[in-house]
Amino acid sequence: MDHKTLVKERDLLRFTTAGSVDDGKSTLIGRMLFDTKQIFQDQMDQLEVSSRLRGEENVNLALLTDGLRAEREQGITIDVAYRYFSTAHRKFIIADTPGHEQYTRNMVTGASTADLAIVLIDARNGVLTQSKRHGIIASLLGIPHVVVCVNKMDLVDYSRERFDEIVADYREFAQKLSVHDIEFIPVSALKGDNVVNRSENMPWFEGAPLLQFLENVTIAADRNLVDFRFPVQHVVRPHQDFRGFAGQIVSGTIKIGEEVVALPSMQRSRIKNINFYKAELEEAAEGQSVILTLEDEIDISRGDMIVRRHNIPEVEHEFEATLCWMDERRELKTDTNYILQQTTNRSHALVDEVLYQLDVNTLHRRTEAETLRLNEIGRVKVTTAKPVFFDPYERNRNTGGFILIDPDDFRTVGAGMIRYSSRSTIEELKREERAKRLQTPKSTDLTWDPGLVGPQDRIRRQGHAPLCVWLTGLSGAGKSTIAKEVEKRLFDEGYQITRLDGDNVRHGLNADLGFNREDRRENIRRVGHIARLFHDFGAIVLCTFISPYREERAYVRALFPAPPAAAGAPGPATPATPAGTRTPAFLEVYTKASLAEAERRDPKGLYKRARAGEIHGFTGIDDPYEEPEAPEIILDTDRLSVDEAVEQLAEAIRRASAL
Amino acid sequence: MAPETYPRNTLDILEAEAVYVIREVAAQFERPVMLFSGGKDSILMSYLAKKAFWPGKIPFPLMHIDTGHNFDETLEYRDWWMKEIGAQLIVRYVEDSIRQGRVAEEEGPNPSRNAQQTVTLLDALTEFKFDCAMGGARRDEEKARAKERFFSFRNRFGHWDPKNQRPELWNLYNGMKRPGEHFRAFPISNWTELDVWQYMLREQVPLPSLYYTHEREIVRRDGVILALGPYNRLVDGEEAETAWVRFRTIGDMTCTGATESRAHTLEDIVNEIAATRVTERGGRADDRRSEAAMEDRKKQGYF
Repeated sequence: MDHKTLVKERDLLRFTTAGSVDDGKSTLIGRMLFDTKQIFQDQMDQLEVSSRLRGEENVNLALLTDGLRAEREQGITIDVAYRYFSTAHRKFIIADTPGHEQYTRNMVTGASTADLAIVLIDARNGVLTQSKRHGIIASLLGIPHVVVCVNKMDLVDYSRERFDEIVADYREFAQKLSVHDIEFIPVSALKGDNVVNRSENMPWFEGAPLLQFLENVTIAADRNLVDFRFPVQHVVRPHQDFRGFAGQIVSGTIKIGEEVVALPSMQRSRIKNINFYKAELEEAAEGQSVILTLEDEIDISRGDMIVRRHNIPEVEHEFEATLCWMDERRELKTDTNYILQQTTNRSHALVDEVLYQLDVNTLHRRTEAETLRLNEIGRVKVTTAKPVFFDPYERNRNTGGFILIDPDDFRTVGAGMIRYSSRSTIEELKREERAKRLQTPKSTDLTWDPGLVGPQDRIRRQGHAPLCVWLTGLSGAGKSTIAKEVEKRLFDEGYQITRLDGDNVRHGLNADLGFNREDRRENIRRVGHIARLFHDFGAIVLCTFISPYREERAYVRALFPAPPAAAGAPGPATPATPAGTRTPAFLEVYTKASLAEAERRDPKGLYKRARAGEIHGFTGIDDPYEEPEAPEIILDTDRLSVDEAVEQLAEAIRRASAL
Repeated sequence: MAPETYPRNTLDILEAEAVYVIREVAAQFERPVMLFSGGKDSILMSYLAKKAFWPGKIPFPLMHIDTGHNFDETLEYRDWWMKEIGAQLIVRYVEDSIRQGRVAEEEGPNPSRNAQQTVTLLDALTEFKFDCAMGGARRDEEKARAKERFFSFRNRFGHWDPKNQRPELWNLYNGMKRPGEHFRAFPISNWTELDVWQYMLREQVPLPSLYYTHEREIVRRDGVILALGPYNRLVDGEEAETAWVRFRTIGDMTCTGATESRAHTLEDIVNEIAATRVTERGGRADDRRSEAAMEDRKKQGYF
């Protein structure tokens, strides 16, 4: 490693591993450490001695991670252990947890801070209850990425059929979960196949080996950069003229001058300064520990929360939560006055009712349950003495998670995830439902009816191939202006062309949708399917939508037949590619303008209103825009004139739709 | 705005996390204290404490448990550093505990006071009624520490019971306790040795000269290079030699091993650590005594 690599900035991935000793979890971690040369000579010496003492022939890599003596004697891991290793790209923190049902609480603990979960399956045994349980816990704890390692492939002759079978089984089960990103990798931790180095025994596997995957999985998009939440930890007051609020920004971003309110007092002020040590910052984001000062002297103390005036969390005494019980001495009591700790806030709390207990092996709901015991998880209703400021856990792990503390001995007895306030239950259910529709593939019992008129018939009549042209970019980037001109020009040239416009569809088809993340998703989902219908009709359809999130754009792209080069990798819900089509069916056009330029143009006066705080969740201001990674076309409207941009796009369409 | 607009790298994340934990300790406990050994980890921790409350002062004292077997450089640096970060320092001496008969000196030619300092520490915690002591331990140092919490619960005897620790979820640390119980807190739990040095380099933190290469009289004993001095004399058959060495950790002179090194600058050290094949505790005589050495000492209240 040379000097440059050392000072190169690396990001951090926290992942959890669950699995039993039998699955080879410790061996897998040991293998990762060993093959990335993170095991030091003195550790290796110790390991050899220990292995020999146990009468083992080879160095037992699992011993590296089995720390405590009690565990070694019993041959099991009984607590969460944290391991560290790094590569040139990333630092990794492993929360290594035991996989047996009786250690559910440890798995929950390890999962609470993880970006990713590794679930181990023994290739010989296939998908057992235990692997399902790990998936369920990852899903409940909101871990965005799951990697299923099908281990011990060496013992099934590196069989592709066996691997495919397990993948299919697990996928079917995982449809019930709210995990969005699942990856499968066939490995042998013992032999080192596909852990760090690509396996020569499984040439049929085209994906990345585990470590390479861990190094490259995108986690930046998992951050909540929208909802500014600042739980106050400590008030710093060195002298009369300085009163600073110390804390860590748990989500969102904030700038000097922005209007804020303090909860629960609801007093308003503006951000005067953002400091960290001697640095005076203009702006700060999720994850940063800073000190804020405000323009006005308002009363704020530890446990209060500073938020943006137009983006306030729920402030409630009552809510529903998923609760994991962690105490071996006493079960959950509905008449005990627990202490609830959430962010930096503590309040007395009663668990009024256990609505149901969740079987972590099957997701079955046992409504007859009246309490929760150690390692049990259930849905409960909670009432607090003081109001709690929260967001649903799905949206914000840091404001949606809490612990319950026993009032007698102050042990941590429960961990909860707030699902929603009792008040907004129905609204939230609706959203969950919509989000699910976007995620889950079509029901399998429906079939696509191709009809009697085929794509080739339509192409012959139109004289050109159909095409979806998707213009994405900031508001004011020029999407509609360009699309309108292109539509006119090509219509005059005889093309069958139409346009779907962001504002227009919200008048009718999508009038029921707002601008929060779920509604935006649904908006794009519907538009994507409409565009596909136009495409099937044989038309060229221009779609002009800010569509700020990569995930949604990728979703729409997948609705269309893949271009010839990438053929064979159709999207999830795509009916068969029309036979004989040789042209791309989807063009992503990044209409690129700098925020400054788009804001200067501000054709609808929206930026001004967003800056004034009248609109919130506005892309570019307080909602992220995720730039396309590989658009077919980039129109840089900071540099191009309208006419140049129009001609460039029109020409690209002529070429793409030519027969 | 795109997430790339707000990049986060490991050192920033670790710094923000440590600062958060230090502030939690200051807010949740009545009488917290931060332990200071003069080693790089406690220098780092005290530096982060200064950052955490700036422009305010560090709202708790620092405490050094002096084994009496220190390198001169450590004490000099300690007094200078306290002024530099504007901290209040308390010192308690193992020597006093021995004189008062609270603990006996180890037998043998070069007695270590590593075990003895635990008694002095526990006495000092009682004397000042400290309810939480922050330490610079890191989870990557040793296997028994891999399971340590940020907030580590100690019973009324100051003992750590690995089976009776509170689960820590998200960033929620539970520091509530009954009278007589107390906590140890470890703000830099998630840092590795390399993180520490890279951060020192980035922040240009001044360090004791012992961490840089220097010429010194040493003896090789059981594969460990020990500095010769008033508390470390040659025993039969050993030979002194002069070598260019530096220390990767600094503790009691009797058991802190040196490494042969020519690292003059922080850059050199970062490069050396990145390439090394031996853990920093590989050079500590006290950890070599038994396979579960650390676990045993921790149970007794050792940091």
